[in-house]
Amino acid sequence: MSIPQHLKFLESHEWIATGHDPAAVGISDHAQSEMGEIVFVELPEIGREVEAGEAFAVVESVKAASDIYAPVAGQIVEANEALGNEPGLINEDPYEKGWLVKIKPAAEPAWDQLLSPEDYEKGLG
Amino acid sequence: MATDLKETPLHAEHDAQGARMVPFAGWRMPVQYEGILPEHRAVRASCGVFDISHMGQLFVEGPKAATWLERQLTNAVDALAPGQAHYTLLLHPNGGVIDDLILYRLAGERFLLLVNAAKLEEDTACLRDRLDAGVHLDNRSADYAGLAVQGPRAADVAAQLWPEHSALPDRNHVRILATPQGEAFLCRTGYTGEDGFELFVPNAMATDLWKTILAADVTPCGLGARDTLRLEMGYPLNGADLSPEHSPLEAGLGFFVSLAKPVDFVGKGALIVQREAGLPSRLTGLIMPDKGPPLRHGYAIMKGDEKLAELTSGCLSPSLGHGIGMAYLPSGHTKPGLDLEVDIRGRRFPVTTVKKPFYHPKKS
Repeated sequence: MSIPQHLKFLESHEWIATGHDPAAVGISDHAQSEMGEIVFVELPEIGREVEAGEAFAVVESVKAASDIYAPVAGQIVEANEALGNEPGLINEDPYEKGWLVKIKPAAEPAWDQLLSPEDYEKGLG
Repeated sequence: MATDLKETPLHAEHDAQGARMVPFAGWRMPVQYEGILPEHRAVRASCGVFDISHMGQLFVEGPKAATWLERQLTNAVDALAPGQAHYTLLLHPNGGVIDDLILYRLAGERFLLLVNAAKLEEDTACLRDRLDAGVHLDNRSADYAGLAVQGPRAADVAAQLWPEHSALPDRNHVRILATPQGEAFLCRTGYTGEDGFELFVPNAMATDLWKTILAADVTPCGLGARDTLRLEMGYPLNGADLSPEHSPLEAGLGFFVSLAKPVDFVGKGALIVQREAGLPSRLTGLIMPDKGPPLRHGYAIMKGDEKLAELTSGCLSPSLGHGIGMAYLPSGHTKPGLDLEVDIRGRRFPVTTVKKPFYHPKKS
């Protein structure tokens, strides 16, 4: 799956969409593939303030529970309710329908601190 | 991935099929191919094959083999005729579990012990320590590959693949096969609750056999599905549900512990004391009927503010669609139908004690 170019990544496999405020956040195609069938997603409360690097959600596959980290500081303004009934959307469409939350950044994010799609993919080896 | 992991003779097949490989008990093993859920369903509805080459094969023989094993293992060895097998346990003197295993009586004084990969070294060392004259113990784990073919279609698959052989051995029986590469063992045993058979063959035979079985439209399955399948049956996993801290009586395995046999097996005295004093806990089935996170090993089972135990195993049951798990609940809290709670990351969800197994395979 080719990675949309407007996304920026953490080494821990989260993506955030640039060019939007609030910005959608999710996990990479590589991450969903490694986790396997996702069966439950624990999303944060709307309004919660998160720091960059803070664990704010949990994505659970049959095999394991994985913490999801915030790529930027800000406020959670929306959560993807569709994942409640269809957590498998993350497997099917990790960059569109499988988004987790939308974050309103506290300040203009330091985008150059995050990984470009190319650098993220290089890091996967 | 660490390079000191052992690889089974089938590792190239797993890699070629795109299996996701993980470290398990010192081995590099497939956790899934297509996915845990489709593999689980294939075994319940049709047929799947697992690479179980990581498991250990210990051969015990000699003029005193049977009487010696009678003193090492909990089940009654003399109840086995040649060609029969049963589940049994190796204990510490205090009654705690070292390992659970399948004992196959190959001949009057010749036995095969199929043991957990993670416990092979400890089992071997323990049995060597206890060895007597007239008993020979041979660890041949490195020479044997293992394939478990499981599912309601397993007997049909065997008949289709090997029409020249008569039917599979009966349930809990083993047949020795002479092959150009050496002895192989065809066993009507398994760890999924479904009908099926396990084949232990010289390493050189493994790849051809694997390919032959897959060609019969059998689904390759990984350790992930193996775990959800066994947990739906309430079968314990050593290292999770069994440990030196609990006796097999607490684990609900009394059926496989012959306190009546005249021989004093290691741990028997402690088990009799425990039975007379009353079991402190029982490995109890729990279900989480409501939608919620999957149950997992380590989650606390709560009664109000009191933590009763931690889950030893847990998963979202693919067959049932809800959470299932097991925990050593203290006596008085083990009857079916008791409403408790599980603590998952600080949130409480209702769970109910149930009788195991969680799932009843369809009769074929």
